[in-house]
Amino acid sequence: MPELPFLSLIILVPLVGALFVLTIRGSDEIALRNMRQIALSTTIFTFVLSLVLWTGFDFETSAFQFEEKHSWLGGMMSYHLGVDGISMLFIILTTFLMPITIIASWGVKSRVKEYMIAFLVLEALMIGVFAALDLVLFYLFFEGGLIPMFLIIGVWGGKNRVYASFKFFLYTLAGSVLMLLAIMYMYWNAGTADIAEILKNPGFSAQAQTWLWLAFFASFAVKMPMWPVHTWLPDAHVEAPTGGSVILAAILLKMGGYGFLRFSLPMFPLASDYFAPFVFTLSIIAIIYTSLVALRQDDMKKLIAYSSVAHMGFVTMGIFTMTRQGIDGALFQMISHGLVSGALFLSVGVIYDRMHTREIAAYGGLVNRMPAYAFIFMLFTMANVGLPGTSGFVGEFLTLMAAFQVNSWVAFFATTGVVLSAAYALWLYRRVVFGVLQKDSLKAITDMSRREALIFAPLVILTVFFGFYPTPILDVFSASVENLTNQLSAAIDGAAAIKAAAIN
Amino acid sequence: MMDFLDIAKAGPAIPELIIAVSALGLLMLGAFKKGESSDLVNSLALFAMALAGGAIILTSGPSQSAFHNAFVVDTFSRFMKILVLFGSSATLIMSVQFMKQERIDKFEYPVLILLATLGMMMMISANGLISLYMGLELQSLALYVVAAFNRDSTRSSEAGLKYFVLGALSSGMLLYGSSLVYGFTGSVNFDTIAAFLKANDAGVGLTFGLVFVIAGLAFKISAVPFHMWTPDVYEGSPTPVAAFFAAAPKIAAMSILIRTMISPFPAIAADWQQIIVFVSIASMVLGAFAAIGQTNIKRLLAYSSIGHMGFALVGLAAGSTEGIRGVILYMTIYMLMTLGSFACVLAMKRDGQRLEDISDLAGLSRNSKMMAFVLSMFMFSLAGIPPLAGFFGKYFVFLAAIKAGLYPLAIIGVLASVVGAFYYLRIVKIMYFDEPEDAFEPMAGELKMIIAVSGLFVVLFALFANPLVNLANAAAVSIF
Repeated sequence: MPELPFLSLIILVPLVGALFVLTIRGSDEIALRNMRQIALSTTIFTFVLSLVLWTGFDFETSAFQFEEKHSWLGGMMSYHLGVDGISMLFIILTTFLMPITIIASWGVKSRVKEYMIAFLVLEALMIGVFAALDLVLFYLFFEGGLIPMFLIIGVWGGKNRVYASFKFFLYTLAGSVLMLLAIMYMYWNAGTADIAEILKNPGFSAQAQTWLWLAFFASFAVKMPMWPVHTWLPDAHVEAPTGGSVILAAILLKMGGYGFLRFSLPMFPLASDYFAPFVFTLSIIAIIYTSLVALRQDDMKKLIAYSSVAHMGFVTMGIFTMTRQGIDGALFQMISHGLVSGALFLSVGVIYDRMHTREIAAYGGLVNRMPAYAFIFMLFTMANVGLPGTSGFVGEFLTLMAAFQVNSWVAFFATTGVVLSAAYALWLYRRVVFGVLQKDSLKAITDMSRREALIFAPLVILTVFFGFYPTPILDVFSASVENLTNQLSAAIDGAAAIKAAAIN
Repeated sequence: MMDFLDIAKAGPAIPELIIAVSALGLLMLGAFKKGESSDLVNSLALFAMALAGGAIILTSGPSQSAFHNAFVVDTFSRFMKILVLFGSSATLIMSVQFMKQERIDKFEYPVLILLATLGMMMMISANGLISLYMGLELQSLALYVVAAFNRDSTRSSEAGLKYFVLGALSSGMLLYGSSLVYGFTGSVNFDTIAAFLKANDAGVGLTFGLVFVIAGLAFKISAVPFHMWTPDVYEGSPTPVAAFFAAAPKIAAMSILIRTMISPFPAIAADWQQIIVFVSIASMVLGAFAAIGQTNIKRLLAYSSIGHMGFALVGLAAGSTEGIRGVILYMTIYMLMTLGSFACVLAMKRDGQRLEDISDLAGLSRNSKMMAFVLSMFMFSLAGIPPLAGFFGKYFVFLAAIKAGLYPLAIIGVLASVVGAFYYLRIVKIMYFDEPEDAFEPMAGELKMIIAVSGLFVVLFALFANPLVNLANAAAVSIF
């Protein structure tokens, strides 16, 4: 039946909005206001449109929905879009956070037009990553996002922005080109670049799986980012403008986890099984080591960036337990981290806009002048720690439980990360918010404006709501995750049975 | 004795004849017409190229040959000739204003371009070692002269001389290799050589000759280790001439390299593939690393073109239809990106002074947003970032390499492209992140047109690539 191509529309709307912004001439106050408002209404419209995905979503099936398919490039690849339980929420997370980012960027004064265009184009590309069902199309969106992000960090970033933007770009590119070669190999091996087709019948030999897995891992590990290839992230976060940091932490990092779930696990199950201990090791190092590094940071954004790396460690650990709980937990953790880390970067942005410094030492005793801000920051600090009752708890708890079933040592080491995260997050909070307000520069600081409060309201509500009632989110991906784990165990058991038969 | 029936058999060469006759006619016109004639000759030369292009499209059909099978016309040669004609006319259009401002607007320039184009078209259609050499020399001799066209400038003269000396050396190598190939196979015709090699075992002498032939042709596409002339010649010659060097002759030389490998020597593919793999890797790596330190944008583009030839050769190394299709697409995309980038370089002019330093682009995004945007798109595209055209060029050649199992080549290639991305990003950084300098003078209309056409091609390639991919496919199939 001919339906509206919703996914294409959701990708197209931000691009059309970017074109509108492009046509506005002049740089006076009115023109700037128009640009911001067009960008805002475009992103809000996109969000509303994307809610159709949720309302029209069939929760009972693991099949792809809202599919569109057209032949492309002489039949070499296809323009194939579609969502399942794993990808749908990421699209909504993206469209949900974009208006918030745009409002948070209201204060950007220089080159507003280019700023809004860059963000709108970035939104379209990010949605494309999660909706693409063709390997080449996926790669197109995945890499294309580098261009706007490179410009966002480089043009509107802080002092060391050039270094950070180059590092971000080259690190990600270096990881991804190997994945591109793997994609080509898969195309010749499977005869198609269609993700849905390959998922139905992966059938790569065990040896090929190892190499393909490593190639994909190179890309996703950098994007995630996993220790030891995480070093681009603190630099990029520190230098990026607030809006850029939010998008980077909340959405771009999730592409790595999404990639593991969409490609590595279902397409290379034997290799995933083989490499799981390796991933556990890296995850634990990430959790413990980066938590310790976070303790020692003087820069608030850098601290949150390291804490992101640690939280992503829980995600990779959960994914590679290859159990339902683990994957459920990883997905939930990614969504929750999207909300929480985004909110934390916004919180830093609030005081940065006032004081123009991110040095922890420059603050102290903010609670005296900014009670509302202190409350908001407290809430998200707690969510970051994983306090029960916030969304941060659910994901961490599920991944830890899953890890315990697979390997109790892994769970043990990962749990120390929970303690450490409480240490650095609470210590940060104490140094910035509590204490006596001694510094003269802070004496006149004002509490949050209504615009700022408006930004935080939806994030607060969702963080607490999903902390108490995670079911709506878990329901979305339950069918898809169940299907995934069934396939995984079937593939691994099948290979084991063949091996056993060969020995006997 | 002359056989007049042969003239009637020259039908497949009608486009070449059009160019040849117009070149000679325009030479007469320029010599005998009183007063300034360069404008007229320029437009007539463009008209002649358009006519030749039309003739190629109109005479399309099955493969044909002429001149006792020394000259073939197939889909491959038609496609490449159209590209060459497009490249030549675009650079001719780009040069008009430049030549006037530098006071070197002589009518000989368009005539030389026509003669070079004629040589390239002969090369593309050459089906034997002698016709190959004829076309190559006709092209090269014209190019030596245009490199030194700004004869009052020592740099330009130096560029022309350097190009001539090294070019003569490479021609010598090519001839030496050809004579060995002739000696060991008994023929200069590609089809006869192929038949001979199918029936007989090739000796080491033939391989020896083949190495020299490849060396001679590698010089023309400026592949490592025969690339040394490129940066100096690009830097020294007038900018539109450098643009011309980077575009059309590369297409022609790459075409004849493809034909010389695929058509006569399929039997010893394993031998020449090794050489191509080495040349390809060396070019990609050197192009990527050597460009990092450049401050002159023309030199940078020269190293970039060395690297790009390496990428294109990846497809040839695969030696399959997919590989050749990849090379064809790569060269098409490469030519448009290069023409656009050079058009931007031509637009770098402040207070009547032509600028060539990368640092002169500082803060361009504030002064002329459109030019900065398009140039940055060219740079991202040259770096191979999707969804721009340059990505698809790389995609198709590496796709072929993976199918052929050339994994080390593919891995080194993509890593070299990451290194290369660094210096392309540097240009974007200078335009977008740095503090602005004074604005450039307004661009000439014809430059705007060329930048717009190539810019649209680069940005929108993904949307409209279907027919081009199909054409390239047909062209690649026709050569086997």
